[in-house]
Amino acid sequence: MTRHALATIGRATFLAVVLGFFSLPLLWLASAPFDAHPSITTSLPEFTFGNFRSLLDNPYVMSSLRNSLLQAAGSAALVVVLAALAAYALSRVRVPGRDALLYVLLLLSSVVTGTAAMVPLFELATRLNLIDTHLGVILTLSGGLLPAAIFILKDFMDGTPTSYEESARVFGASSLQILRHIVIPLVRPGLATIAVWAVANVWGSFLQPFILLRDPDKAPGAVILYTLYTEGGAPRLDLISTFSLLYSLPVVVMYVFVSRRYGFRFHGGIKR
Amino acid sequence: MISLSGLTKEFPGGVRAVDSLDLEIGDGEFFALLGPSGCGKTTLLRSIAGLETPTSGKIRIGGVDVTASPPGRRDVAMVFQDYALFPHMDVTSNIAYPLRIKKVSRQRREAKAAETASRLSLSDLLARRPAQLSGGQQQRVALARAIASRPQVFLFDEPLSNLDARLRLEARTFLKRLQRELAVTTVFVTHDQGEALALADRIAVMNAGRIMQVGTPSEVFHRPTDPFVAGFIGSTPMNLLPASAEGGRLHVAGAVLPLPRDVADGPLVYGLRPEYADLSQSAPVGRRDVFSGKVAVVENLGTAHLVTLDSGDLLIQVVVPEGDEPAVGASAWAVPRPGRALLYRDDRLLTGA
Repeated sequence: MTRHALATIGRATFLAVVLGFFSLPLLWLASAPFDAHPSITTSLPEFTFGNFRSLLDNPYVMSSLRNSLLQAAGSAALVVVLAALAAYALSRVRVPGRDALLYVLLLLSSVVTGTAAMVPLFELATRLNLIDTHLGVILTLSGGLLPAAIFILKDFMDGTPTSYEESARVFGASSLQILRHIVIPLVRPGLATIAVWAVANVWGSFLQPFILLRDPDKAPGAVILYTLYTEGGAPRLDLISTFSLLYSLPVVVMYVFVSRRYGFRFHGGIKR
Repeated sequence: MISLSGLTKEFPGGVRAVDSLDLEIGDGEFFALLGPSGCGKTTLLRSIAGLETPTSGKIRIGGVDVTASPPGRRDVAMVFQDYALFPHMDVTSNIAYPLRIKKVSRQRREAKAAETASRLSLSDLLARRPAQLSGGQQQRVALARAIASRPQVFLFDEPLSNLDARLRLEARTFLKRLQRELAVTTVFVTHDQGEALALADRIAVMNAGRIMQVGTPSEVFHRPTDPFVAGFIGSTPMNLLPASAEGGRLHVAGAVLPLPRDVADGPLVYGLRPEYADLSQSAPVGRRDVFSGKVAVVENLGTAHLVTLDSGDLLIQVVVPEGDEPAVGASAWAVPRPGRALLYRDDRLLTGA
C-alpha cells in the first residue's frame, strides 16, 4: 500500500519536473516581453509595453519579419511544387535504382545545406550573382529541403492507388486533368504538411541567410535576433524576448490555420 | 464489335502475358475472359482499354483500329476491381466525372448523373462519399459512372470479387439483367468459372497467355476441347485419368470400358465429371466397367456430397446425392454414366465415350 503510494508520488514528481523543464522557457517567452527588467529567470513581470516600443525603434525589426515571410513563402512554394512533381513521377514511373537515388538524396541533403557545405555554397552563389539576394537564400534552403520533401510526398503518392488515375484516363482525362482533379485533392494533406514543414524550417534557419546576405535590409528575423546586443556584447534580454515572441507568433498561427483548413488527415482507398 | 489479331504483350523480363492471340467479340455480346491468376486475362482486358500497349498485333473496336489510340479515344468504359471511385468526390460527382471530362455543363451532367443513379437505385445516396457506401453500393456507383459515359464497350475487371459471397449472387443476377437491358458489348475478366458460366454469352478460357477454347457456357462445360479447360470448368474438377485403348477396349484405373469407334489404340486421358458417375456401395456383380476404391474423403456440398475414392494410386471423385453418402474407409464403386465421359489424346478432345 505505502509502496504503491510512494510509486505514484514518485511518478507524479518526475512528470512535474519534466513538465517544468519544458514549460519554463515557454513561460519565460510569455512573461519576459512584458517585464520592465527581464532577466534569464522567469518571474512575475513588472508589467509594461515599453519593450515593444523600443523594439519597434529598431529599423530592421519589421523589415526582417517581412523578409522571413518572403523567404519562407518562396521556399515553401518552390519545395511543394517541385517535390510534388518529382514524387509523382518517382512513384509512378519505374526507374532502375530509384530507391537508391532517393536514399542518397536524403543522405546528402543533410550535408548540402549544412555547415560543411557552406563554403562551396557561398562560392556557387557568388559566381551566380546570388549573393545578397532573396532568391539565393530561397534556392539554397529549398535545395536542402527538397530530398526529404520528395521522400515524404512519394509515400503519399504511393498510397493513392493507380486505378484512380487509370479510371480517369479511360474516361479521357489528360495528364494535367488527372493531376488537378484526382492526385492533388488526394494528397492535399501531404502537400499541406510539406508546406508547413518547409515554412517552419526556413523560419528558423540562421546560417544560410547570415552568410549569403550582406545587406541588413534583406536579413530575416533569425539573423536580426543575433544583432540585439549592446555594444559591450551583453544580450538585450528585453529586446530578445520581445522579438522572439513576435517572431514565433506567425508560425503558431500558421499551424492552427492549416490544421483547421486542410486537416492533417488522409483519404484512403478501399481494400485491394 | 471488338476484334483482336495477333495480339502479343511481352513485359520487360521476357514474360509473355498475352501470346499472339486472335479473338472476335460480337456486338452486344457479354463475353468472359476466364482463367487462373497469371494467365494474362487482365493484361488482355487492359490492352483493350488502352492501359497496356501491346508489343505487337492489332486491336479494332467497331471497325476502327485503336491499337495506337490513348484510352480516352477508344470509347470504352472500365470498371476496376477496386471500383476506383474517387474518394474525395460524392456519388454525383463520381458518376458525372466522364461528362465533366467531356465539358458538359454542370447542370446537365448533374441531371444526367441523377437519372443514371435512379436507374441503379442510388438516388438516396447521391450526396455520400464512397467511404460511406457498402461494397454493393460502391459497385453500382462504379457501374453508373461507366454507363454515364455512354461507351461502345464496357470492360469489367473481376466485377464481383470484392463483394462478400452472399451479395455476389445478387449482384451477378443484377449485372446480367443490366447488360441485357443496355445491350452494350461487355468484356469481363474472372477467375471464377461459375461466374463466367452464369453471366457470359460466350467464354474464352485462357492459360499462359493463350486462349484454350472459346465457346458458349454449355460448349465449354460439356465439350471442353482439352484437359486444361476440362479441369478448370465445373464447380468440382473433372476426373482426368490416364487410360489406354487396346483391342477395342478402354482400360482406365482397373475398369474396362467399351471403346468408341474411330479411336486408335494407344494412351489416352479419360475425363469424367464427378456429377456424371453414380456411387454404388455394394459390388456390382459381373461388371468390369466400374471403378472400385476405398472412400478417402467425404465433403459436404449442401444438397450433395463429394466423395473421393482411393483407387490404387489414383483418386476418383463422385458427387453423391444427400442421404446416400458412404462412410469413410468403406469400399465403394463408381459407375460412369454412358455417353458422358470425354477422351483426350495429346491434349486434344477425340470424342465422348
